[in-house]
Amino acid sequence: MMDFSGIIPSLPGLWNGMLMTLQLMVLGVIGGIVLGTILALCRLSSNKLLSNLAGAYVNYFRSIPLLLVITWFYLAVPFILRWITGEDTPVGAFTSCLIAFMMFEAAYFCEIVRAGVQSISKGQMGAAQALGMNYGQTMRLIILPQAFRKMTPLLLQQSIILFQDTSLVYAVGLVDFLNSARASGDIIGRSNEFLVFAGFVYFVISFSASFLVKRLQKRLTV
Amino acid sequence: MNYNWDWGVFFKSTGIGSEIYLDWFVTGLGWTIAIAVCAWIIALLLGSILGVMRTVPNRWVSGFATAYVELFRNVPLLVQLFIWYFLVPDLLPENLQEWYKQDLNPTTSALISVVVCLGLFTAARVCEQVRTGIQALPRGQEAAARAMGFRLPQVYWNVLLPQAYRIIIPPLTSEFLNVFKNSSVASLIGLMELLAQTKQTAEFSANLFEAFTLATLIYFTLNMSLMLLMRMVEKKVSVPGLISVGGK
Repeated sequence: MMDFSGIIPSLPGLWNGMLMTLQLMVLGVIGGIVLGTILALCRLSSNKLLSNLAGAYVNYFRSIPLLLVITWFYLAVPFILRWITGEDTPVGAFTSCLIAFMMFEAAYFCEIVRAGVQSISKGQMGAAQALGMNYGQTMRLIILPQAFRKMTPLLLQQSIILFQDTSLVYAVGLVDFLNSARASGDIIGRSNEFLVFAGFVYFVISFSASFLVKRLQKRLTV
Repeated sequence: MNYNWDWGVFFKSTGIGSEIYLDWFVTGLGWTIAIAVCAWIIALLLGSILGVMRTVPNRWVSGFATAYVELFRNVPLLVQLFIWYFLVPDLLPENLQEWYKQDLNPTTSALISVVVCLGLFTAARVCEQVRTGIQALPRGQEAAARAMGFRLPQVYWNVLLPQAYRIIIPPLTSEFLNVFKNSSVASLIGLMELLAQTKQTAEFSANLFEAFTLATLIYFTLNMSLMLLMRMVEKKVSVPGLISVGGK
């Protein structure tokens, strides 16, 4: 039978795992949005080369599995850093996973930001330019603030997906929430209970987060 | 940590039998396709049933389908896979359990777990697309069919679903591609699909950049060809004048 009593003494360890998961998610989302916004601006730019490069980046990352990116970066980042810096730089699984998440999610965030920017009416751009603003000012002060407000629900939704996807770092042995649950469960021979518990926690967090996002979406659409 | 580039590595012997590394990739691709296609069949069937259930005018039926979608969408795929692979077999009746754990060869039991897991996981997403498709149709379609004396199952089978599927081919395509990408989690329970073979090649040959570049190319080509295939299907089944095809 299932016996969940072993979970209570393991809670501190699980909490540390959860902190790792949240850290990966938050940093991944921030990096992904920054890189994704830059990519989106490249994609929308009138420079053919820039927009094609950004398009290729997005297509590339959207057609390969995240797990492949995580595994590859885990193996490759130490080599690449060595080529750049010329010396052995020890990189942990955390850094390589974080780089993988940022670069992978950037492709998805890019598409969201691009749609957001395109949804702002052309008149805004024209009006800003008529006031004498240059491209940078127009984007920074006029277009992007409006676009980001519109796409907040989508960005949050993508962040919830990333929250779930962080569990894939299991592949490279990083101790996130899922992995700490697996490890603690194995130690006391109750791996099934810990697995159910982990699933339950993921469910509660993503379910309530999606619920809040849906409410926010309703409030934003007038 | 010197790296020796060697793009010819794929034609070198793996040292196991007479296989070259390229053979591993071919085997891996075969597994990836097998897992994805089997899971997709489950997802499409179950997802369609659930999608219909969500639009049926019965609170209990649609409530069940909603609960299913929420459950399978809010638990990470990897957790679901572990549940199907480690936990569910323990819950089976004793004789089935023995058969699953001892009589079946480990590859087969892992394959069953991953196909069921991916199938049910994707079904939740397919369900949402089918529901969207049905709800996108004008209300008059259902009313007209009812007025002509169709019973509810006939309304769905003859009137609503044929139109709904045509509308949702583009989003269904991306779910179809996702199944192929998601099948890579099978490598974490020991199935030698494409990603696992790539990792193995990288470890055996030490040519990790070449191995992962090839894997990326394979996934990329697979994606592109499936996308073209689905475009052709979309054109083929389109009803002239009903829905514009191609989008752009």
